[in-house]
Amino acid sequence: MSNRLWTEEAVRLHEMFVAGKVSCEEIVQDHLEHLAAVDPGIGAFLHVAADQALAQAKEADRWSTEERQMRPLSGVPIAVKDNIVTQRMPTTAASRMLEKFYAPYNATVVEKLYAAGGILMGKTNLDEFAMGSSTEHSAFHPTRNPWQRDRVPGGSSGGSAAAVAAGMVPIALGSDTGGSIRQPAAYCGIVGMKPTYGRVSRYGLIAFASSLDQIGPMARTVRDAALLYHVIEGPDARDATSLPLTASPPTRSGPWRIGVPREYFQEGIDPRVGDVIDRYLRRLSDAGHEIRDLSLPHTRYAVATYYLIAPAEASSNLARYDGVRYGFRCDARDLVSLYERTRDEGFGPEVKRRILLGTHALSSGYYDAYYLTAQKVRTLIRQDFDAAFNAVDFVVAPTTPDVAFRFGERDDDPLKMYLGDIYTVTANLAGLPAISLPAGWVDGLPVGVQWMARPLFDNALLDAAQAAEALMPPFQFPQEVRE
Amino acid sequence: MSEAFDVIIGLEVHVELKTASKLFCCCSTAFGAPPNSQTCPVCLGLPGVLPVPNSEAIRLAVRSALALNCQVRPFSKFDRKQYFYPDLPKAYQISQYDQPLAEFGWVTIHPSGEEAKRVGIRRIHLEEDAGKLNHLGQRLGDAVGSLVDLNRAGVPLIEIVSEPDMRSAEEARLYLTELRAVLSYLDVSDLRMEEGSLRCDANVSLRPHGYQGSLEELPRVEIKNVNSIRNVQRGIEYEVVRQADMLKRGERIVRETRGFDDSTGRTYSQRSKEEAHDYRYFPEPDLPPLRLSPEWIEAQRTALPLLPDAIRRDLRSRGIPDKDVEVLVLDREAYEYWKDAAQAFSDDRLIVNWMLSDVSRLIHLRGETFATATVRPAQLVELLKLIQEGTLSGRMAKDVLEAMFETGQDAQALVKQKGLSQITDEEALMQVVNQVLETHRHVVADYLSGKEKALAYLVGQVMKLTRGQAKPDLVNRLIKEAISGSQAVSS
Ligand SMILES: [Zn+2]
Repeated sequence: MSNRLWTEEAVRLHEMFVAGKVSCEEIVQDHLEHLAAVDPGIGAFLHVAADQALAQAKEADRWSTEERQMRPLSGVPIAVKDNIVTQRMPTTAASRMLEKFYAPYNATVVEKLYAAGGILMGKTNLDEFAMGSSTEHSAFHPTRNPWQRDRVPGGSSGGSAAAVAAGMVPIALGSDTGGSIRQPAAYCGIVGMKPTYGRVSRYGLIAFASSLDQIGPMARTVRDAALLYHVIEGPDARDATSLPLTASPPTRSGPWRIGVPREYFQEGIDPRVGDVIDRYLRRLSDAGHEIRDLSLPHTRYAVATYYLIAPAEASSNLARYDGVRYGFRCDARDLVSLYERTRDEGFGPEVKRRILLGTHALSSGYYDAYYLTAQKVRTLIRQDFDAAFNAVDFVVAPTTPDVAFRFGERDDDPLKMYLGDIYTVTANLAGLPAISLPAGWVDGLPVGVQWMARPLFDNALLDAAQAAEALMPPFQFPQEVRE
Repeated sequence: MSEAFDVIIGLEVHVELKTASKLFCCCSTAFGAPPNSQTCPVCLGLPGVLPVPNSEAIRLAVRSALALNCQVRPFSKFDRKQYFYPDLPKAYQISQYDQPLAEFGWVTIHPSGEEAKRVGIRRIHLEEDAGKLNHLGQRLGDAVGSLVDLNRAGVPLIEIVSEPDMRSAEEARLYLTELRAVLSYLDVSDLRMEEGSLRCDANVSLRPHGYQGSLEELPRVEIKNVNSIRNVQRGIEYEVVRQADMLKRGERIVRETRGFDDSTGRTYSQRSKEEAHDYRYFPEPDLPPLRLSPEWIEAQRTALPLLPDAIRRDLRSRGIPDKDVEVLVLDREAYEYWKDAAQAFSDDRLIVNWMLSDVSRLIHLRGETFATATVRPAQLVELLKLIQEGTLSGRMAKDVLEAMFETGQDAQALVKQKGLSQITDEEALMQVVNQVLETHRHVVADYLSGKEKALAYLVGQVMKLTRGQAKPDLVNRLIKEAISGSQAVSS
């Protein structure tokens, strides 16, 4: 490619398009060509909507400058995780169960993307129903980490993370239930944000764990993430848990009081990752910010709490896939075998494992010991953070205890995989906003650092993240996709 | 009854609320539309959808709870009740489990010959209805398939759970009748059992005298989905006899769900407790808890209309007999008809008499109700005024009423048209009286010898000759005067 538009930030593409320096069709064409060149080796997409994207682009090219300006995403190609429903593209949640499913409606965030002039390039891969941390549990194919192809991109938003890191799109939507945006962002060396619970409508997000799920932006720079976030945020009459848009709390320009939870550096962390984070914190300190040690004492219960609440809700949310009305169906003699065979053949092993866990946790006689106790611990975890944010502006910690692992490495040890979520699940349990930023490297693999803020301080979090980003070298594409 | 046990009955009543749209989406709730025409992604349970509560349904539920003397909780929450069935698109029903909308209410029933009695209401909660299965084939057993209609899925319901306070099928009938009457004045539901907008499950158990345990532990039989109040009563009556026979034979009653067969009047086993579900209730994460301010709840209470017990007091104070009061109170349409009429007419009892005899007979004959009756309350009042002022006799008025129903015309117009009107001119009437006395001399003689009945005969003859247009009490007086006058002359 001569002009290499695919390397540009979303913000830049939009500016160039508004200024008339480049047509939307050129932008989309360039991204599609790059995608076609690199995705076969990565597998980020489950569906590429080339014709629709080009048709959208041609329409955008007819807009006046004012119309282009009015639409903050005009000229910007976007990918959407395939657990967010789209009317004109299949929505599979990477499950056999929904292999040929087309939703008769668009998710609220998808409507917002269209209204903002964004170009939908297609749907990205994920762990089936967003259950997993590697995108290996897609029913269709795994996604490879653009930095090292024998490694996972993380998950469950691994497709979106890999697509952004490899330049197939500048920005993408992911969803985060226990770290599914932040962990793949960390593994792929990009920015990924989980907004405050309720900030972004969940209408049209295929539910995994309703009280934890949140859609968020993934990008190569904080300002691109912020651009996408501001398009999708806001209350939605179709989501009773979405929050009214309150005025943004005042943002301090810094220096900030930054809390570092000591529980996030104890057993289980790869020491090389720990070193990267230490160096990162030193940069912050050198830049004049105050680094404070703090304690979040209930952190050690977080994974157990998460793996009771999330599967419990999932077992209920996934009960509707019964073969009666839509999606995959196994014909059978009677109703019970229709249910049994459909669900046995339609769901993959990780999904079944979680449905079993969750069904058990909600069963009569176990509910109090499991689900109810987990909800109480969840309150304690939230209180940990409330107390922490009385003393500090942000909490900063590693996003993951390790770097991207090899395919199959955790296949026979789901517990190990679950423990990898230790630093990310707390933000979901507490409902607070968190963003993962590139923090450095271990053997050519990216390491992520996570910033957390108190609930509703999403804008403050993005401002701080953008300032912190300036302390790091800018994003470079992986060698293999640079051609 | 000198049986060795008490009958313990508790009822669960489902009432479909009369909202324009469903509980968690905007689909219409109208009855009778083509299958699945009133559905959307939300009530179809498609991937990614979320429920949004219908505030009108909450208002109607609170209104019902307050009218049934319940305490409305300022904080309640929704829960998921989970089970697989093709009529349940999400495989869970959004309901309320441990923190229902309202609790601790009651309904007063009035068993005849006994004192009024309170039947407790344990709780009232909001929930969504399931869809409907239409089985292909003759019976469920040999059905070749089933069609799912989700028009009803998501329609708002309240479930009203009584305390096990009823001791006979008759008390259960009175409770249901009273409950339906209370709800009918609230405009919260169509209350049509045949369309399923009012449904009843009855829990029946027998408590042997001397039983010390809790009621909860008694083996309980649930009679499901009976389609009329009469059949609830029949089902309970049958069940009491069946269980009593089992006890007498020394058999153990098993906890189970039974259906009711209308044609045989019997209940039959559907599902035993061993097959009972674990519904795995848990708080609905897609809906925030329901918070109702005390001020708003009070405003709903203030907006309640006059309810049956207050209406009873009012009607009785007007001298309307208890029996008629009950008929009016239990039929809101009849009561509204009476009320409209009573606003324009002073004789409350006369209205009731006419309504419950002739008007009632004619509307039933014509398939109308008091709400749809051809003759409106104002028209009835006009007719009653003609009787009151003596223009029409009671008998003539009956004919006029019939004509009013047939033609839809007002009483005045019909009276003019047909030349009906009572002869009130004494001179004109005196001629007929004299004629009758002349031709029935022997009857006059009988009367004079003390036979009171003879007088009635003479009056009848005068009425006959006047084709009923004479006023009977006037004829009566004129005959007496004529006889006593002629006697004075002849003696
Ligand atoms: Zn609907």
